[in-house]
Amino acid sequence: MTHFRSDIRQRAEELVSLYPRRRSAMLPLLHLAQEQDGYLTDAGMAEVAQLTGTTPAEVRGTAAFYDMFHLEPVGRYVVGVCTNIACLLAGGEELLEHARRSLDCEVGGTTADGLFTLEETECLADCNVAPAVQVNHRYVHTTTPDQLDQLLEDLRAGRRDHDIPPHGTLIRVRRSGGLRVGATELAEERREAREAREAREAAAKEAS
Amino acid sequence: MAVLDANPIVTSRREMADSHTLARYLETGGYAGLRQALTMHPEAVAAEVDAASLLGRGGAGFPAGRKWSMLRKSPISYLVVNGDESEPATFKDHYLVERDPHQLVEGVIIAAYALQVTQAFIFLRGEFALGLERVQQAINEAYEHGALGRHILGSSFSVDLVVHPGAGAYICGEETALLEALEGKRGFPRIKPPFFPAVTGLYGEPTVVNNVETMSNLPWIVLHGGAAFAALGGGRSTGTRMFALSGRVNRPGVYEIEMVKNTFRDLIFDPELGGGIPGGHELRAFIPGGVSAPWFFPEHLDMVLGQDEVGAAGSMLGSGSIVVMDDTTCVVRAAWRITKFFSRESCGQCTPCREGSGWVERILYRLEHGGGRTEDVDLLLDLCDNISPGLNWPPQQTTICVLGPSIPSSITSAISRFRDDFYAHVHHGSCPHA
Amino acid sequence: MPEPISITLNGRTVAAQPGELLIEAAEHAGVFIPRFCYHPRMEPVGVCRMCLVEVDSPRGATLQPACFVRVSDGMAVITDSDKAKKAQDGVLEFLLANHPLDCPVCDKGGECPLQDQTLAHGSGETRFVEEKRHYIKPVAIGPLVLLDRERCIQCSRCTRFAAEVAGDAQIDFAGRGDLIEVAPSPTQPFDSVFSGNTVQICPVGALTATPYRFRARPWDLEQVESTCTACAVGCRIAVQSSENRLTRVLGLDSDAVNHGWLCDKGRFTLDAVDGNPESTDPLDPRTRLTAPLVRRDGQLVATSWGDALARAAALLRAPGPDGVGAIGGASLTNEAAYAWYQVVRDVLGSPHRDAQFGDGLDATLVQALPPATIEDAARARVVVTLAGDLREELPVLFLRLRAGLAAGRSSLIELATGPSALRSLARVVVPVAPGDAAEVVGILTDGARPSSADTTALADARALLGDGDGVVVVLGRANLLESPAIVERAALRLAARYPAARFLVALRRGNVRGALDMGLAPSWRPGRVHDAHDGGRDTLAQLAAMRQGTQGAVLLLGADVLGNVLDTAGAAEALAAAAVVAVAGHGSPTLAHADVVLPALVQHERNGTVTNLEGRVSAVVAKVGAPGSAWSDVTIAAELAVALGSALDYDTVESAAAAIERSTGYPALSVLSDGRLEGVLAASGEVSMRHVLDPIAFPGVRSTDEVGLASFAGATVAATATPEARGHIVPSLAEVAVPAREAPPVDAYAWRVLLGRRLYDHGAALAASPALAGLRAPLTLGLNPMDADRLGVGEGDEVLVRGVSRATPLAVRLDEGLPRHVVSLDGATGTIEGDEVIADVYDEGATVAQVRLETR
Ligand SMILES: Cc1cc2nc3c(=O)[nH]c(=O)nc-3n(C[C@H](O)[C@H](O)[C@H](O)COP(=O)(O)O)c2cc1C
Ligand code: SF4
Ligand code: FES
Repeated sequence: MTHFRSDIRQRAEELVSLYPRRRSAMLPLLHLAQEQDGYLTDAGMAEVAQLTGTTPAEVRGTAAFYDMFHLEPVGRYVVGVCTNIACLLAGGEELLEHARRSLDCEVGGTTADGLFTLEETECLADCNVAPAVQVNHRYVHTTTPDQLDQLLEDLRAGRRDHDIPPHGTLIRVRRSGGLRVGATELAEERREAREAREAREAAAKEAS
Repeated sequence: MAVLDANPIVTSRREMADSHTLARYLETGGYAGLRQALTMHPEAVAAEVDAASLLGRGGAGFPAGRKWSMLRKSPISYLVVNGDESEPATFKDHYLVERDPHQLVEGVIIAAYALQVTQAFIFLRGEFALGLERVQQAINEAYEHGALGRHILGSSFSVDLVVHPGAGAYICGEETALLEALEGKRGFPRIKPPFFPAVTGLYGEPTVVNNVETMSNLPWIVLHGGAAFAALGGGRSTGTRMFALSGRVNRPGVYEIEMVKNTFRDLIFDPELGGGIPGGHELRAFIPGGVSAPWFFPEHLDMVLGQDEVGAAGSMLGSGSIVVMDDTTCVVRAAWRITKFFSRESCGQCTPCREGSGWVERILYRLEHGGGRTEDVDLLLDLCDNISPGLNWPPQQTTICVLGPSIPSSITSAISRFRDDFYAHVHHGSCPHA
Repeated sequence: MPEPISITLNGRTVAAQPGELLIEAAEHAGVFIPRFCYHPRMEPVGVCRMCLVEVDSPRGATLQPACFVRVSDGMAVITDSDKAKKAQDGVLEFLLANHPLDCPVCDKGGECPLQDQTLAHGSGETRFVEEKRHYIKPVAIGPLVLLDRERCIQCSRCTRFAAEVAGDAQIDFAGRGDLIEVAPSPTQPFDSVFSGNTVQICPVGALTATPYRFRARPWDLEQVESTCTACAVGCRIAVQSSENRLTRVLGLDSDAVNHGWLCDKGRFTLDAVDGNPESTDPLDPRTRLTAPLVRRDGQLVATSWGDALARAAALLRAPGPDGVGAIGGASLTNEAAYAWYQVVRDVLGSPHRDAQFGDGLDATLVQALPPATIEDAARARVVVTLAGDLREELPVLFLRLRAGLAAGRSSLIELATGPSALRSLARVVVPVAPGDAAEVVGILTDGARPSSADTTALADARALLGDGDGVVVVLGRANLLESPAIVERAALRLAARYPAARFLVALRRGNVRGALDMGLAPSWRPGRVHDAHDGGRDTLAQLAAMRQGTQGAVLLLGADVLGNVLDTAGAAEALAAAAVVAVAGHGSPTLAHADVVLPALVQHERNGTVTNLEGRVSAVVAKVGAPGSAWSDVTIAAELAVALGSALDYDTVESAAAAIERSTGYPALSVLSDGRLEGVLAASGEVSMRHVLDPIAFPGVRSTDEVGLASFAGATVAATATPEARGHIVPSLAEVAVPAREAPPVDAYAWRVLLGRRLYDHGAALAASPALAGLRAPLTLGLNPMDADRLGVGEGDEVLVRGVSRATPLAVRLDEGLPRHVVSLDGATGTIEGDEVIADVYDEGATVAQVRLETR
């Protein structure tokens, strides 16, 4: 019995197989766990620990380093408003304050209906459309209070479901090609090539 | 003054709405560079990059060709592309991964071929959801097209490429922290020596790390030759560069322009570029290369956009992002917000960075929000000196990585130029300009 | 040692070892560089930045962390320039910025490296006027460890210890930047058996031990250096007390043995010494015995020493020399064991004595195998384990072996009967079902003859073993429900096939090796002198003789027989049939059968020497006075000899030690007299090396005025001659007699039973320790998950375990480390139900115990 749904579990195992060492799949797997549960549950982290050969403490410790991972439940939509330098100069703090009042929700908190979580973000690398706003890590290009309110309304009404999936779903494009050509085979070849190379080098060293 | 002296190299598809698709990419000469490269000896490909004198576009400006050849002790095992782009006000890689993912993928394959590496990773900032999808799509298409996988494009070379999502931590842009994150750990920069991942990198094996923009230049360089690239720009700053312009300008955006041939004034005021400051306000200061860099002031406007020129003047071109501050800008607030960023993003290993960033941030917060004391200004400078002794640029450091010594940049810049603004804050309890 | 190089240190030219860390080279040259994250027993990480010094480089002098930079020839270093000092002061000020500065109420106050280095290097003035970080006060991150996050300076010593040294990252940093904190997983507490080490190496008061918290202030503490006897590793410890009450045990850093580490049993069972002052029931292990007892009208009642000794002498004398014997001795000092040997062998004239309980290994085999030290094992090319789970049995030996394996210095071959914490580091794992060890080793050593039972694992093992050079075999009893003959035969086969291989015999009890060396085993005389003609009954034979009426009296030497044998019912019957004189420090159920109880001193109350599993002799030192009228064993033995009409020629520990050295050459007094840390490896003549007292690395073991200057105390005792050189007879392996045992035929319905040892067992020490008693594992039935699947049961489900004459429902615990078709009785010994199951399936004459399983 796994905590991951069977389709998620299958994708998780595919992810692990992409890397030379399974711990490398940690971040993608944690994203996947959030895709299933919306945030990182204890059971989800335990399964990631098992898949990556780490301890639950290491999974939690690693996850807690990164802003995108949530150890507590968050809203269906995580709204991030940037207030870093370029956005600050374009009114980022004022837009964040507007969002706070519109949503009636503290920064870092979640609305009573569980729909929205509001965050103050660092630079979102969209400084030419400042202040930058993301919802579930999708750029929404809403730089004015009015645009932001419209967006919130659209989200509530489900009018953005096509381009803004629920929080946690990061990459909707599945890897296809890599698995088909056999990452494991390549890894095997790589290993052989490396061993041959090392043998050569050792021989060369021996000779000199 | 011609702003675009050369045809763009990495933003040539900027007018096309479907620039991210394979069809459009192939139609516009895509994968021709790779095909060309595969007819060459790998060393010859590397030699072209060396001849191009392509400086790394991630911030440190180290020549890519040299990194590939001179720093390594043994054959490279892994190629890792740095697409973590989190330096505030930097948004060129964001543009490249969303708008021209195939160009990036092609560049990566070319580099892998030149280095004879069979496993490459693109580490992409986690917040780039669309970018992640576009790059994954491009990788899938490249596999289908035969440009990735076994015996690519009929050659004997095989390579696998994996896109690895980050998860929200600026420090993972630092290349050794990035490798830790790629190993599934928290992004703690590794202590140096060894100074370069080319010596010990991913899983302890020789690894080359290059920036997205650096990689995106490779198809062009292979097709046109390193010499053609080196013919652009001047001095050590060859080719074109993407500059991300933001802040108090009329036309913020990414502009690819030839290196050295243009000045900061061109970039900020040229009507085809920044278009000047809104409302005719006066320039107070600008950041020439990401918030880690010390600030420049009006007297620097006529300096050319060249790595060595900016370096000689005591700052850096860094990640190529320019932030404009005008006379409506409160510099104390700007310095505070930048410092808050560093405090939030310090990884937490080194005491001076972890504790120092939080301390100076809180002092700046007080100054900005009406609790400042006169002595705070000199205290700030002394604390900064304890993080980066001497307060010079390039900085000395008491920390493992250079996030630490980046903390003082904005503070010392603001104080050195606008010390009176700080005292005014103390006396008014808030910004007198706002 | 390689050629030294020279570096310039503050203008002075000093010698250094190539590749040495700068911080160490400076220290050897007498220059102390302040530090926090650096720990000499772990890899440097250079994160606290306290040790910044100026190092000359082509780009001019730069600030470098001395704990990470390695010296090179001609390197110029300045540790005391204005620049270096400002950087160091700056780091210290940053560290203190958010620190609560609550030294007066902090457990670490007075022995805190942060406090000490602040006093030594800090400016005293604070420029920090901001709000400090605040956390909810201490959180229990595990059963024994509390975390006070406000005090943490993020040095990562604890997390690195867990991951790097203990190999189990149960705690890790969580968060980022100045919000970074040490955290366990939400689902699993920090319950490592090594958790106390993190408390000891924490350079501030962030981690504190639940049992010690607020018990004492460092400046009230007195300490002695001693040896832990919780198991046979013999870790070096500092024992601390306040006003004649034991307060704390800390690990000392000994190169040869424990590198400063301790297990939590050794560290925290201290409270079992005093037991429960309320308890007076002699059957209760929490009762500290303080007066002689004799049985009157069926009751044990207090009496005078004179009366008790007279009664004891009469009881022991009555059955004649062949009708009396002694059991126990592994909890004694060497001096006590020697004295008791003389009472039994010379005064009573009996050849029957044994310090083991049938759960050890043949003493002759133990002494005859070519010996290896812990250090040998930690540096061996190949380590072979034919033993139980070392982390459970001999925890610090596990740490030492693990370090070599994790660093890739050694390769591990596990001849694996059960789960093992070393498994993930093993190169080759050869599964060995209970009862099959000798056969499997036979196939391994007979590699030339192809056999259908030969496996790739065996072939890999054979290749790795080569000619046996650089091989150390760690030999123990993985399965108590298997005849010792199986593993003994396996060991003989290995020794015969690989003469170059050496053996570290992993007997577990505290001073069992010392007791054997002092002649408390059939055919052995003090000083490791083999006397094949002496014979004598071992423990199990004595119990049988008591049941049959041929042995009328027994002397129990600190031996809780019922708590140690597997056949408790048979032992109870035997004790009931004989006169029992018990020398004991604590109560135990065994005393239900005692006729006379003579109260003895226990650990931390007595002086003497002990010998660890590798044969190293070191001192145990009294820290607190004797309770009531308890005497030292040496005194009791001497007085009993007098009562028996023939005085020994010593009556104190010191004179007994002198007698041992005089008559056997075995080192005792020379170790004792200095009262310090010397040890002598009597087995091979090797001498122990330095031990290190570094109050920054291991805070709390030294007063604060000597901060930072590591001392190299404890000069070594001159190597004593090897036993051979002293003319002692070392038995040849040919003399080792091992009874033939056949493995039972394979039966599809029978499950072979594995009974391993757990660190937190149901024995007396744990039962009497409030800190640890709650950590004992409940009785469960271990099953390989695949077997469980086949049976259709899961974790926690009940299975009926059918033995010879009873069926017991037990809860299933899934255990991937178990071989297929084997069940383990985990946590069984000492529990009432477990003892009944064991007694039911255990048959001394059988090769291995078997049960049947029924699911409902
Ligand atoms: C704190 C810090 C953040 C960095 N962030 C980035 C980044 O987001 N992207 C990047 O390419 N390089 C970043 N770098 C620079 C990288 O360490 C590295 O020099 C670069 O990726 C090498 O690629 P290049 O040679 O192609 O420029 C950062 C460095 C530091 C110290
Ligand atoms: S300087 Fe800061 S970010 Fe860099 S390693 Fe040290 S603590 Fe981490
Ligand atoms: S950085 Fe050297 S002791 Fe911490």
